[in-house]
Amino acid sequence: MASDTHFEEPNYLTAKRGVMSWLYTVDHKRIGLMYLAGILVFFLAGGLFAITLRTELLTPEGDMISANTYNKMFTLHGAVMVFLVIIPSVPAALGNFLVPLMLGTKDVAFPKLNLLSFYIYTLGSMFFLATLVTGQLDTGWTFYTPYSSYDSGTAVISATAGAFILGFSSILTGLNFIVTIHKMRAPGMTWNRMPLFLWAIYATSVIQVLATPVLAITLLLLIVERTLNIGIFDPLMGGDPVLFQHFFWFYSHPAVYIMILPGFGIVSELIAVHSRKHIFGYKAIALSSVAIAIISFLVWGHHMFVSGQSELAGVVFSFLTFAVAVPTAIKVFSWTATLYKGSIEFNTPMLYALCFLFTFSIGGLTGIFLGALSVDVHLHDTYFVVAHFHYVMMGGTIIAFVGGIHHWWPKMFGRMYSEAKGRWGVLAIFIGFNMTFFNQFMLGHQGMPRRYYTYVPQFQLQHILSTVGAYILLLGFLWIAYYLLESLFKGERAPANPWGGVSLEWATASPPIEHNFHGQPRVDADPYAFPEIDRSGTIDHH
Amino acid sequence: MSDHSTAHRPSGAEEVPHPFRQHHFDTAGQQAGAAKLGMWIFLGTEILMFSGLFLAYFLVRMLYPEMVLSSHELLNKVWGGVNTVVLLTSSFTMAMAVRCAQVGDQKWLKTHLLLTLTCAGMFMVVKTIEYSGKFAHGIFPGKYFDYEAAAHYAAEHGHQLEGLPHIFFGLYFVMTGLHGVHVLVGIGVILWIYLRAQKGHFGPHYYSPVENVGLYWHIVDLVWIFLFPLLYLVK
Repeated sequence: MASDTHFEEPNYLTAKRGVMSWLYTVDHKRIGLMYLAGILVFFLAGGLFAITLRTELLTPEGDMISANTYNKMFTLHGAVMVFLVIIPSVPAALGNFLVPLMLGTKDVAFPKLNLLSFYIYTLGSMFFLATLVTGQLDTGWTFYTPYSSYDSGTAVISATAGAFILGFSSILTGLNFIVTIHKMRAPGMTWNRMPLFLWAIYATSVIQVLATPVLAITLLLLIVERTLNIGIFDPLMGGDPVLFQHFFWFYSHPAVYIMILPGFGIVSELIAVHSRKHIFGYKAIALSSVAIAIISFLVWGHHMFVSGQSELAGVVFSFLTFAVAVPTAIKVFSWTATLYKGSIEFNTPMLYALCFLFTFSIGGLTGIFLGALSVDVHLHDTYFVVAHFHYVMMGGTIIAFVGGIHHWWPKMFGRMYSEAKGRWGVLAIFIGFNMTFFNQFMLGHQGMPRRYYTYVPQFQLQHILSTVGAYILLLGFLWIAYYLLESLFKGERAPANPWGGVSLEWATASPPIEHNFHGQPRVDADPYAFPEIDRSGTIDHH
Repeated sequence: MSDHSTAHRPSGAEEVPHPFRQHHFDTAGQQAGAAKLGMWIFLGTEILMFSGLFLAYFLVRMLYPEMVLSSHELLNKVWGGVNTVVLLTSSFTMAMAVRCAQVGDQKWLKTHLLLTLTCAGMFMVVKTIEYSGKFAHGIFPGKYFDYEAAAHYAAEHGHQLEGLPHIFFGLYFVMTGLHGVHVLVGIGVILWIYLRAQKGHFGPHYYSPVENVGLYWHIVDLVWIFLFPLLYLVK
C-alpha cells in the first residue's frame, strides 16, 4: 500500500479539479461517469415508481392510489426505465468509459460530440422531469395512437419531445463509437482481436444509428398530430393508428436489442476473465451480435399479432422472430462451453454473469412462446408478457450492467469493494428478481391482464409474493449502492489488473491516467489469451 | 496481408501537418477519415428519418389517391421548379467550393461559398412566398385547414377538392418544413465554413470541414429532388 505522502501520477479523476473541469470535460472516462450518475438516479426513480405499483397490487381492490395515478405510475416506470436507464445504460456509461481503453486509444473519435450527446441526454431528461410536474403521462411508454394523439389529458407532448431529444443523444453516441472502432484501433488490433464487448457495442451502435431516426420522425409526427391534427395517425381525421404501431415498433423492436446486446458483450468478458479460459467460439459470438442486429429490423410485426395485421404478415413475422433465437442460442451455448473445465472463480462479477445465464435464458425462451402466433393470442397483454420482458430487460441487461459495474469498478475508481458484501448483494438480487417475476408467468397464463390496478381475489397470493420480491430487490439495490459508495472511501487500493485480464483496459493504471496510456499500446495477441492457459497439449484445432 | 491492422498510420507519402489536428489522432489522414465516415453515417440517419415521411406519404397516396391528385393541383409547379433549379445550382457551386479548397484557390472558394449561400437564401425566399400564398387561401396544416376557402381557391383555378385534403397539406407542410429546417441549418454551417475560409484555414492539406459540409448540402438537395416530384408532380 502506498502511503498518502507518496507521489502519485495524477489520474483522470485528479488531473483537473473543480466542477467546471467536469462540466466542460471532453474526456470519455469522465463523460462515462457522468452518464453513470445520471442513469443511476433515474434507475432509482423508475424503481420507486415500480415499488408504488407493486404496493398497490398487494390487495385486489384499488385502495392506495387511484386508477389514473396507477396508469401514470406504470407509464412513467416504463418510459423512464426504457429511455433514460436501459437504452443508455451500458453503451453510454460503461461503453464511454471502456471503448477507447479497450481499443488502446486516447479518446473517442469525436470527444466534443460525445460531451454534446451527454448534454442532449440531460436536456431530454429535463423534458421528462417537466412531464412529471405538468400532468404526468398515462399512455404507456409506447404512446399508442389515437389515445396519445387525442384523448389523453396528460403531458404527452413534453414526454414525446423528451424521447425525441434522447434519440439524438443515442444516435450521436452510436455514430461516435462506430467511427472510433473503425478508425482508432491500436496498431495490431485487428477486428478479430477486439474484445467481444467491443463487437457488441459495435452491433448496438449500428442499430442505434439505423433505427433511432425512424423513432425521431414517428415522435415528431405524433407531436404534429397532437397539436395540429394533420390526420396521419388519428382515425377521426382520416389517419391510420396502426401506421403508428408499425413506425413505433420498427424502432422499438430493434431498440430491444440496443438494450440487450451490450449486456451480451459484458457477459462475454466476465465469463472469460473469471473462468480463466479462452472464450469459446469467439467469431461465432462476435458475428451472432451482428446477425441479431440485422434480424432485429425484420421482426417488429410480432408486437402486432392482434392489431389487425394480415395473416401472411403474422406468419412471416413469427418465423423471423424464431430466427432470432438461433444467434442468441449460439451465444448462450458458447458461454456455457467457456465455463466447461474453466478455473471458475465465484466472485461477485462472475456470480452476476451466472445469474444472467439463468434469468436471461428464461427470458429468451419465453420470448419463443410469445412469438408463436396462436399462443400469443392467449398470452397477449397479460402478465406473461410483463414477466418475459422483465426477464430479458432486467434479468438480462440490468443484471449484466450491475455485473459490469462490479467488474470494472476497480478500474473506474481505483478501489476494491468488499467481496463478501458483493456476494450478499447478488443473492438478494437473484432471489428478489425471481420471486417478483417468475410467478407472473403463471399469473399471465391464468389470465391476469397487464396494466390493471385491481384483480380478482384468487390472484392475491401470487401478487403478494411478487410484491415481497420487489421489496427484496429494492433492498438489494440499496445494499449494493451502500457498499459501492463505502468502497470509495474505505476500499483497498485496486491494483492495475485485479482480475488478470489481458485486454488493454487492464494494461493501464487504476484509475487510468488522463490520456489513458503512456505511449501507444500495441497488440499482438487476442484478448482472451490468458497467460496461465496450458498450451502444451494443443495440436491446432481439434 | 502486410497491413495486418488498422486505420492507424496509413502508408504513403509523409503528411504535411496542419494546425487543426486534434491530439487524440495520430495523423491528419486518420482525422479526416474519421470525420468523413462520421458524416456519412450521419447522412444515413438523415435519409432514414426522411424515409419515414416518404413511407407515410405513400401510404396516404395509396389510401386516398383521388384526394392526393386533386390537392396537389393547388401547389405552384412554377415556384417548385424554380426552387429545384436553384438548389441544383447551389449543389454545383458547393461542389466547386470543395474543389477550390482542395487545390487551395482561396478567392474562388469564398466566391463559390457565397454563391451557395445566395441560392440557399433564394430557396427560403421562394418557400416563404409559397407558404404565405397557401395561408392566404386558408390552406393551413391539420385542423386549421379552412375547407371552404381552399375549395373556393381551387374552383378559381378550375380544380375541385376531393376527400380529406388536410391530410395531404399536413404532410406537405411537415415534409417541406422539415426540409426547410435542414436548409436553414445548411445556411448556418456554410456561413461558418465561409468565415473560416476568410481566415485562410483551408488548403490542400486541410479541407475536410468544407468537404463534409458539402456532403450535407448535397443530401439536403437530394431530399428536395424527391420531394418535388412526389408533392408537385403527382399526375
